[in-house]
Amino acid sequence: MEGLGLGFLGAGIGAGLAVIGAGLGIGNVAASAAEGVARQPEATADIRTTMIIAAALIEGVALFGEVICVLLALK
Amino acid sequence: MKRLIVIRTRALFKVFAILVPLLFSGYAVGGATSQHSANAPQSVVGDPAGEVVHGAEAVPEEEKAGDVIMHHILDNNVISFDPFGEIHLPKIPPIGGVDISITKHVVMLWVVSAMLLVIFSVVGSKYKKMTARQAPSGLVNAMEALVEFIRVDVAKANIGTGYEKYLTYLLTVFFFILLCNLLGLVPYGSTATGNVNVTLTLATFTFFLTQSAALKAHGIKGYLAHLTGGTHPALWIIMIPIEFIGLFTKPVALTIRLFANMTAGHIVILSLIFISFILKSYIVAVVMSVPFSIFIYLLELFVAFLQAFIFTMLSALFIGLASAHEGHDEHEAGVSSH
Repeated sequence: MEGLGLGFLGAGIGAGLAVIGAGLGIGNVAASAAEGVARQPEATADIRTTMIIAAALIEGVALFGEVICVLLALK
Repeated sequence: MKRLIVIRTRALFKVFAILVPLLFSGYAVGGATSQHSANAPQSVVGDPAGEVVHGAEAVPEEEKAGDVIMHHILDNNVISFDPFGEIHLPKIPPIGGVDISITKHVVMLWVVSAMLLVIFSVVGSKYKKMTARQAPSGLVNAMEALVEFIRVDVAKANIGTGYEKYLTYLLTVFFFILLCNLLGLVPYGSTATGNVNVTLTLATFTFFLTQSAALKAHGIKGYLAHLTGGTHPALWIIMIPIEFIGLFTKPVALTIRLFANMTAGHIVILSLIFISFILKSYIVAVVMSVPFSIFIYLLELFVAFLQAFIFTMLSALFIGLASAHEGHDEHEAGVSSH
């Protein structure tokens, strides 16, 4: 029973940590993109595409973490 | 001026006409659970987040919320139309140890294919009838905007010259994923892209297309040289396995991204609904479950478009990188020159 509880605890903490990492990463991307657009409004379209790709890649890594946590919580 | 006011009042009435039943249906969920009555969840069918309802109905109250959520998300061979019964799909005996029987998600894939065939044959035939000076309207216009977006901003921007060859694949995969994602948000529908097998298959198509593009652009010699990363032969024993694994990380990342994104939204909506079931309270249902799940539902609409776009975009990007004439070691230079 204790082992199971620790497993759930691990899953919860892991999910939280993954979210912190992804939040910091995507926050950085968005901040830089906003700065870039403010400096060079004519490059908005390019910056947006680059931002979405970078955000998607970061999110992908975070989702790997979340999937592992879900597996931990359900097994 | 007076007409404007009349129109505004009418619009306001419409909003109320939608919102008030919603609030009360949420009320009914909370109320019914606290009274333990069996007929209750049927009153929520009108809810926009109503697709979650049949998951809730299918199970007795003793079962845990987690089980219900997993039941809703996982693939099975029953399509349920809940107050009206359900369809049991036929079981086909496994061939060579592989179970190939038809499931819910397979049926959704068929539905999506049929819808795509109908939509695009209609749009195509309308397009042929148009004269050069005629502007498209309605469905044709909407489809033209999306197709143009994929053609110019995704294919042309990422692949460059010779993008027309890959345009058919990119358009197909975009509209296919988009419709799969959107059908998951319709009552009685389920998200076929929330199944890891489906997304893995789609990513495998991208993988083979990427490799064939690389082979075509560099030839077999160039392709194998690419695997060594342009390093000294002494390092090949490290470089070749790393580059070889690197080939497979991209499609795996595509797979997990689409699958996890489409599944996560459903889990969040169901969890929000289940908060009111677990706490057995009216107030939680009205204040929290219904508004928040509607919000997540609208967010899911956006995510459906975004994920279809990202899958297409990354496919185009990988094809573009594979067929680009810069080597791997000149990667930085290649990116900055784009």
